Amino acid sequence: MCLAVPGQITEVRDEQGTRMATIDFDGIKKDICLAYLPDIEVGDYAIVHVGFAISKLDEASALETLKMFKELGILEEELGMEEPEVSQ
Amino acid sequence: MKYLDEFADPELARSLLDEIRATVTKPWAIMEVCGGQTHSIIRNGIDQLLPEQVELIHGPGCPVCVTPLGVIDTALEIAARDDVIFCSFGDMLRVPGSKDDLFRIRSAGGDIRVVYSPLDAVKIAAENPDKEVVFFAIGFETTAPPNAMTVHMASKQGLKNFSVLVSHVLVPPAIEAIASSPTSRVDAFLAAGHVCSVMGTWQYGPLVENHRLPIVVTGFEPLDVLDGIRRVVAQLEAGEAKVENAYTRVVSSEGNVAAQKMVEDVFEVCDRQWRGIGEIPASGWRLSERYREFDAEARFGISKLDAPESELCRSGEVLQGMIKPHECGAFGKECSPRSPLGATMVSSEGACAAYFQYRRLEGEPVEVGVA
Repeated sequence: MCLAVPGQITEVRDEQGTRMATIDFDGIKKDICLAYLPDIEVGDYAIVHVGFAISKLDEASALETLKMFKELGILEEELGMEEPEVSQ
Repeated sequence: MKYLDEFADPELARSLLDEIRATVTKPWAIMEVCGGQTHSIIRNGIDQLLPEQVELIHGPGCPVCVTPLGVIDTALEIAARDDVIFCSFGDMLRVPGSKDDLFRIRSAGGDIRVVYSPLDAVKIAAENPDKEVVFFAIGFETTAPPNAMTVHMASKQGLKNFSVLVSHVLVPPAIEAIASSPTSRVDAFLAAGHVCSVMGTWQYGPLVENHRLPIVVTGFEPLDVLDGIRRVVAQLEAGEAKVENAYTRVVSSEGNVAAQKMVEDVFEVCDRQWRGIGEIPASGWRLSERYREFDAEARFGISKLDAPESELCRSGEVLQGMIKPHECGAFGKECSPRSPLGATMVSSEGACAAYFQYRRLEGEPVEVGVA
């Protein structure tokens, strides 16, 4: 949970007064909150931590980082798409 | 040079390493604070590629690992209640408490839900008005703004059935504690990039001045880590001690001001126990007076005192950089990611888990790489 993953904003909307967005993490889409990056727009890249955009990022850096996450095989884990394995 | 080809840019990695080799003349111990950096270092064998004068000490930068046993026990007791839906980040589920973990509570019928975003917990609370919904709010400064937002939203929406079990920890006081410790061997720190993306770099000025130790704000990708080490070694060899930002593509000196404001509103600084380390003054956040009604410990009247840790587990020494994970007698024997004795073996960012995953599966003797 403590890593942060870059993605591209594909849609921005208002939900009950909070700025939310859809973000694309290399094909995996998620809803995120933009409350802490109020100026970010569709097409921009942002670093996302537990469903919140925390910092803007240029495209080249974002793509490089995403590639590394995929190679490490931890993209799904960081995006909460896998339940952790049950202890034995 | 086994790992060099695996860097995103092997040539750049080679030139960074060459520069470190050309600069270093004395032995230096550098602590990386962020668990993501530890992971990167062990996976890519950065510690093995560095000249032997440069030793990397793995710091306490994993919030899952430092959440105290008493807080885990409190979480387990709350999560076991019939009237509670307990929401947590996935990596907390296997962290061992005194007797159980959240997984076992769930198997026994507890309603425990893994959330990706803390806001999911607020949504669950709105959808389940007849249940008490509790969110386990742990993390460093990076996770505090998202966690603070849950309280802000629950307050705004008038949700009376939502509360948070808060165990937030702060990086600069931990660096202060380590730098002040008479047993510390640390000559310089790599500060955690994503923490600084929220908090900025200004907090590190007093630390550098008080302790005359270089602090370089560093990312967590292998090349970022190498570049951070290169800058630290250059400062050390030149007799300098300053705050340097090696992660400018993400970190600004002021940080994310909107996020800082939310945290200041919802939380206030408090003393905090760190698992395996003990109490560090002013090293955590708890709910501020204004939001105290959302405090799960007060709501359920449950607050556990620290229970004794496993006698076999030496995670406290690992977290303080006093031993490397494989120097613990239980490493890979009584303790593994599937059956962890301590939290450093549980979290994917924990130092023990990183050593287990990358140093054992490759069939290498784990002694290699301890420079």
